[in-house]
Amino acid sequence: MSATQRLKLENIVKEYPGCRANDGIDLIVEAGEIHALLGENGAGKSTLMKVIYGLVQPDEGQMFWNGKPVQVANPAEARGMGIGMVFQHFSLFETLTVAENIALGLPAYEARDRAKLEERIREVSAHYGMALDPRRYVSTLSVGERQRVEIVRCLIQESTLLILDEPTSVLTPQEVTTLFATLRKLSAEGCSILFISHKLEEVRALCDNATVLRHGRVSGDCRPAEISATDIARLMVGEDTPISTRVTSAQPGELLLEAKNLSWRCDDPFGTSLNKVSFNLRRGEIVGIAGVAGNGQDELLKALSGEVRVDAGSLEFDGRRIETLTPDQRRGSGVAIVPEERLGRGAVPGMTLADNALLTASGQGLVQKGMIRFGRVREFCRNVIDRFDVRCNGETSTAGSLSGGNLQKYIIGREALQNPKLLVASHPTWGVDVGSAVAIHEALIRLRDEGAAILLISEDLDELYQLCNRMGALCGGRLSPLAEASDLSIEQLGQWMAGEFGSEEASHVAA
Amino acid sequence: MEMLTNILAATVVAGTPLLLVALGELICERSGILNLGQEGMMLMGAVAGFIAALSSGSLLVGLIAAIATGVAMSLFFGFMAITLAANQYAAGLALTIFGTGLSAFVGSGFVGNSIEGFTRVAIPVLSDIPVIGRVLFDQDPLVYVSFIACAGVAFFISRTRGGLILRAVGEDPDAANANGLKVQAVRYMAVAFGGGMAGLAGAYLSLAYTPMWTENMTAGRGWIALALVVFATWRPGRLLLGAYLFGAASILHLVLQGLGWNSPTELLAMLPYVVTILMLVLLSWDPARTRLNTPLSLGQPYRPSH
Repeated sequence: MSATQRLKLENIVKEYPGCRANDGIDLIVEAGEIHALLGENGAGKSTLMKVIYGLVQPDEGQMFWNGKPVQVANPAEARGMGIGMVFQHFSLFETLTVAENIALGLPAYEARDRAKLEERIREVSAHYGMALDPRRYVSTLSVGERQRVEIVRCLIQESTLLILDEPTSVLTPQEVTTLFATLRKLSAEGCSILFISHKLEEVRALCDNATVLRHGRVSGDCRPAEISATDIARLMVGEDTPISTRVTSAQPGELLLEAKNLSWRCDDPFGTSLNKVSFNLRRGEIVGIAGVAGNGQDELLKALSGEVRVDAGSLEFDGRRIETLTPDQRRGSGVAIVPEERLGRGAVPGMTLADNALLTASGQGLVQKGMIRFGRVREFCRNVIDRFDVRCNGETSTAGSLSGGNLQKYIIGREALQNPKLLVASHPTWGVDVGSAVAIHEALIRLRDEGAAILLISEDLDELYQLCNRMGALCGGRLSPLAEASDLSIEQLGQWMAGEFGSEEASHVAA
Repeated sequence: MEMLTNILAATVVAGTPLLLVALGELICERSGILNLGQEGMMLMGAVAGFIAALSSGSLLVGLIAAIATGVAMSLFFGFMAITLAANQYAAGLALTIFGTGLSAFVGSGFVGNSIEGFTRVAIPVLSDIPVIGRVLFDQDPLVYVSFIACAGVAFFISRTRGGLILRAVGEDPDAANANGLKVQAVRYMAVAFGGGMAGLAGAYLSLAYTPMWTENMTAGRGWIALALVVFATWRPGRLLLGAYLFGAASILHLVLQGLGWNSPTELLAMLPYVVTILMLVLLSWDPARTRLNTPLSLGQPYRPSH
């Protein structure tokens, strides 16, 4: 039996100051098995894989590799044993070519003959259906292609256990299908795969077995194909957390925002320029913008918030042209922004919640003749904390001390309580626990029902389908047409995410 | 013609110390470490080299002492900036202030002494080529060392595995660590190379350029080298160009004075710095190429996570 056990972990414990990230975890991955590691953010998944990959040392516990007890001191050793890892944030060097990146992970004698290495890269990538040009600079590759580089690198190192950390979160649905085909082929050839995810349907479609973590412990082992997604979700979040949002139907009202041919040229050679982005938004509706990260989402948000001034195109908001207004003026006329980065752009980590409230809500009577009215600030802040169930030690906690979900609830609440006419939210539930995500979704729906228009930029297609009335996708700085969510197939959306829409169509906004 | 040849030859000599120190700093910065201590290390190299050469009577001993001094100082900096992950700007500045003071103190008894410095060695055949022969192949041995160093650095960075590792570490130490590269060791080696080259550049001043020791004899070359590296967008070829540009401009003010040009000497002495920076700013125009060569992690302390 032990011959087929590729990896076995026994009672792994890793403690950080104030947090037991792994609390006695057992895990077995068989040879050729696709094994899912499930859990919410903070459940201990990333710590566990860092332990396996030798990036951190466990305080207690034993790891077995092919039946033999081992201690992995560093990633180089892990790779020598045959453990390959694809991080969520790729460990690739943008200024190097594909071949150079792969050469860095190989022993010197194997990397010396560059022509041979390039040939091997072509061979391996073709065999597994992941076309790659070894001479291209990584900076010119799409996110999906970068992931291929990571996987091909592991394969060239002859890994027998491939660890993939949330591999599908950066892919279009079609790319996910291709990836799954590759993984199945690998598993059929005997390579074990540890697939880390929180997307239950994917796990059910792909994985043989699953281990679910909660609060640093194993909360259950299951065969995902045989139990329902709801049951797995229960294992992940426990009994008391709501796991789905109740979404009522929307009653869109009159036109609020009309963007026509927004164009903005990005000076950063690795950035994305906006190219004739046109769309409109009505009061009381949620419009979703899907797309793989780095296709102009951040630029669109900045063009709407006023952080960048567009080079061409018009932005008509509530009957008035706003494309030349400053962020502050736009905020004053009823535009609220929830940027992607919570810490740093949405809130200042080292400042208290009260001070953070003041940053965007100063127009709500919190400042008089240049003087801060601290009583009002406290009142506003407490109001946000109470109404949006922000778990913290009151308004004097620093923003950086809150968990991702709680801080996000605070930021959404801070914007919502200013009664915006338009809320632009980017990835509002990214890295947020299920309970907070549900609360955030409900807050967005409440705001919509009060008559606000919401533009939701997200990579989470489930979230978009659940909340949005209409949606489209950004690719390479161009926006697809928008379609009613109920009429839009996931295949069609996937094609849009890959940029398959005529430029003719893109400039014409579907009604 | 004769005069032009002489001006060009003097240009190469004037640019050499700058080229040496800047090549060292280029390697150092490519690993992600910004060492502002160049000026201090150069001065220490100059004084150590001069004292060693004077007391031993051997220029080679002087060179070795200068390089060793530069390496020792850079390792001290490396300990602060790499092992302790201290602020690199502060640590580097401290090194310069320390080196300036210590070199003046150590060298105070040696001011006014002079030695027989490095002399020109013509390379057979090559030095017979008109103009170029005199300019490039009839110089002191350290000039040839600087040619080899420049070609070597360019080759190392773009063509070798070591260069690849260096660039990777400088771009993203976290990813490099995840790839199993020894980030700290690579950075120590790069810093030590920078120190050795700064020591050598200092020795060039006190053993070849003007074979004597005067307090603060580097006259800001360590600082201009730092600017050179940035404006050369971390590419050795441009560094060579920038260093000789600086050399030419610093010769030019002597030539102009010799021709009886009547303008304030302070203004002319300023010329090399202004010309060099302006030219390199114009050269570093292409953002894509610049981005491909910029060490992204430059100046940021790195602690491997455990």
